[in-house]
Amino acid sequence: MDIKNIAASGTLLAVGIGFGISSIFAMDVGSALRMGPGYFPLILSIVITVIGVAIGIKALTETETFRPQIAPLRALAAIIVAPILFGLTVRGLGFVPAVALTTLSAASAAGGQRPLVVLAITLGITVFCLGVFYYGLGLPVRLIGPWLGV
Amino acid sequence: MDLIGNLALGLSAAMTPYNILFCFVGTLLGTLVGVLPGIGPTATIAMLLPITLSLSPETSLIMLAGIYYGAQYGGSTTAILINLPGESSSAVTALDGYQMARQGRAGPALAAAALSSFFAGTIATVVVAALAPPLTSIALKFGSSEYFGLMVLGLAASIVLARGSVLKTIAMVSMGLVCGLVGTDINTGAMRFTLGRPELADGLNFVAVAVGLFGIAEILRNLETTIERTAVVSRVAGLWPSRADLKAMIGPAFRGTLLGSALGVLPGGGAILASFASYALEKKISKTPERFGNGAIEGVAGPEAANNAGAQTSFIPMLTLGVPANPVMALMIGAMIIQGIVPGPQVATTQPVLFWGLIASMWIGNLLLVILNLPLIGLWVKLLTVPYTVLFPAILAFASIGVYSVNSNTFDLYVMAGFGVFGYALSKLDFEPAPMLLGFVLGPLLEEHLRRAMTISHGDISVFVTRPISAGLLAVALIVLTIGFLPNIARRRKEVFVEED
Repeated sequence: MDIKNIAASGTLLAVGIGFGISSIFAMDVGSALRMGPGYFPLILSIVITVIGVAIGIKALTETETFRPQIAPLRALAAIIVAPILFGLTVRGLGFVPAVALTTLSAASAAGGQRPLVVLAITLGITVFCLGVFYYGLGLPVRLIGPWLGV
Repeated sequence: MDLIGNLALGLSAAMTPYNILFCFVGTLLGTLVGVLPGIGPTATIAMLLPITLSLSPETSLIMLAGIYYGAQYGGSTTAILINLPGESSSAVTALDGYQMARQGRAGPALAAAALSSFFAGTIATVVVAALAPPLTSIALKFGSSEYFGLMVLGLAASIVLARGSVLKTIAMVSMGLVCGLVGTDINTGAMRFTLGRPELADGLNFVAVAVGLFGIAEILRNLETTIERTAVVSRVAGLWPSRADLKAMIGPAFRGTLLGSALGVLPGGGAILASFASYALEKKISKTPERFGNGAIEGVAGPEAANNAGAQTSFIPMLTLGVPANPVMALMIGAMIIQGIVPGPQVATTQPVLFWGLIASMWIGNLLLVILNLPLIGLWVKLLTVPYTVLFPAILAFASIGVYSVNSNTFDLYVMAGFGVFGYALSKLDFEPAPMLLGFVLGPLLEEHLRRAMTISHGDISVFVTRPISAGLLAVALIVLTIGFLPNIARRRKEVFVEED
């Protein structure tokens, strides 16, 4: 079995079937003459599903060992959490703490860094962003938000 | 011929100090990020796109175009100095450029790249200006079925020109198309795939999707290996090429410009094809082909001219038809839509200042690049030694602030994070994200024209084959796709793209 393409096929099937079911049951499909909102998405879902099946069938008969090189879990988590942190805190804590938290999370993605270095990077980038986006481009945000009692 | 008049109008728009400033900032930022190894023009533009959205439409497009040229050029600098092409179209430049640098001729190599790019840029600007109006007037006669045919052709070509499996690319295009449909259906007002979230009523935010798919996924890929970049940067001494160098550059730059201008219009990867084609051509017609790969200046000048000309003429389908030829153009179209401009042939008549200003700014951008790159080369060399551990947190902070600032919507940040993971997973499974982005932009347009054409024809599907232009376009699309599936071509594609990696 070609594990990589089994996974690829699985991804396509999940997307294709998911969107397909939603197109059929949550929307009006209509006809070719009066296409409903579900018509075009349904066609696309079928295309994706069929390709998923085709890739899956082919993968069953082939062999390939699949050992993907994946970023360390710590890096993955730190990078993905960074924008989410920004989203969660920019209104409540304000721009400055939100940028600092985001940068701190991102900067911790690289393993083996000394904490002091990470802090220095965070401080530098936060000051830089404050200058560029708030003072330079005039982004309409609160620097410090209501959660901090300001 | 009012080519001159149009260019004059464009120059007067592009030459305001304000626009020159942002064109300059764009090329500077583009070069800055583009110089980072592994980050090509698409990722660069995706990451910097949000910054431009607070500007007026023409200034923002001019700045984006500047970022594009800057990023393209930045890739060449790393290719020459540390043998790490920042993007696929400068992979060819690395072949001879790095050899020249090793022989102590980094200066002439960089100058050859800059000067032949500028030469190509100047000519390509005129090509774009000359071709845009006639194509626009043809496009204005297009009905829905022609538009549908055209977009199908564009997608088919991008499928064949993308690397990797044709089947997987088709799946990616379809996935992009369906993601583009998320939101309110314009015909009926029905909510589609919004999962009950009101934030999704306007669809997935384009900037968030693009930054996730390209920017975040790119950072994750770079974090796979320990990120100590021990850049042994070649010393740059004596920038100016000798008279013999200049003489050797002229022919290749000229031929590269022609090739690039012609191939750049192709959907998919015009600029990449152009740089490969130019290298092959120069090697073939050279009297001393054995010098290629060992530091031949022709091998730098030709491909650099070709990819720059191609980068520029790839604006033609976007400007005249509103159909993006590559992911970078998809980003430009996304930026236009966010700015409230409906891309298409009517832009030239309704927004002449924007249209011609953008074209004229291409030339200014190229000029600024020469000014930026030759005297400031020492600065870029320094930048190559800035550790990645400082750069990527900064990029992530910029991206987060930028995506948020588009709509002041926190939900967009979660979309960006989600598409970051998704994009990374897709790349591990050998799916290309670029066709997905193209599909994402074209999804709503393609559906709209399909539905309208079918309504006008009273449900008669033959409308697509009885109207000659749409029949022609669809036939070409079919031929292109069939060619893509032929085993012989499939093998060739593999070879070309393997060489590129």
